[in-house]
Amino acid sequence: MTLDTPELDTVLYHKPEALEDYPFHFCPGCGHGIVFRLIAEVIDELKIKERAVCVASIGCTVTSYHYFNFDGLESAHGRAPAVATAIKRCRPNLVPFTYQGDGDLAAIGTAEIVHACARGENITTIFANNAIYGMTGGQMAPTTLLGMYSTSTPGGRQPSRAGYPIRVCEMLSTLDGPAYVARVSVHNPAAVRKAKQAIKLAFRAQLANLGMSLVEVLSPCPTNWRVEPVKAMDWLVEHLLPQYPLGEYKVIPAVADLKKESRRA
Amino acid sequence: MEAPQHSGSSYIVIDAERCKGCHLCVSVCPKGIIAPASYTNQKGYILAEVIAAKAQECTGCTACALICPDAAISVYRHSRVLSPAAR
Repeated sequence: MTLDTPELDTVLYHKPEALEDYPFHFCPGCGHGIVFRLIAEVIDELKIKERAVCVASIGCTVTSYHYFNFDGLESAHGRAPAVATAIKRCRPNLVPFTYQGDGDLAAIGTAEIVHACARGENITTIFANNAIYGMTGGQMAPTTLLGMYSTSTPGGRQPSRAGYPIRVCEMLSTLDGPAYVARVSVHNPAAVRKAKQAIKLAFRAQLANLGMSLVEVLSPCPTNWRVEPVKAMDWLVEHLLPQYPLGEYKVIPAVADLKKESRRA
Repeated sequence: MEAPQHSGSSYIVIDAERCKGCHLCVSVCPKGIIAPASYTNQKGYILAEVIAAKAQECTGCTACALICPDAAISVYRHSRVLSPAAR
């Protein structure tokens, strides 16, 4: 017996099976890696690896099919909810989910997500909000805060020129279609645990055919916020949380029952 | 050979080639047993590593693994009975 076989010990945490060994291409400290890992953990726990389909969007999330050890499909910019709708309607047994950033979901894809929610499509959307366009070099996103620096608002975002930030969860929760709309964050281990619970509930809502579920995850972008990874987490708490309060914005009674069941179990 | 991380109840293993040196694990460890290393991995990132002198304080809380954006950290609890010679 040697000590270089840790798998013989009790595993408290290990990289989920639904995640490939291929390393993430994200910058150091990027929140996308945490969200990808949480999705993979949830898919492992629900044992739906054979049925899950990731619909990738455009942005830093574009190569998500490299990292997930299950089926994936690339969609046109902003059109991931439409593609996921088609998958779910043609093959109701599959579990499609979209993974979109704020440039994809809240800018070019606003119409798609609003109508997917309005129709109450039985799909899941994970929406990573880092308040900036990451892949293209840090331009202003619809979710960029007032006064926040970006390469297209070098003096800070001014409402007279660039308008006001969109609160996606608040907006979509006014529709009748969605079953579950929640906003979570990944700024510390406790928040990560809560984020995982919300993502799991969103997938369970889809498995129970309850309708559209959307989880917005506030995620740090150290490179384009121009701060170090650890300071980016503090910046998120200080600036993003007041503008985008965490919480569950819409929980239909059937989803609330699912939640109670998991508490009992 | 004496491996310091095996003297406590739990231990972590950091995958050196996945780690990108963001050091979020360093900031969240409640016992402060993780620190930036003095060397880099093949990609040139300054890794996080367990401080040998504090390794036995690991409680297996998994905070570092939960915050790791690169899924580089695994956490284990000793469940094997090791003879002093094997340690």
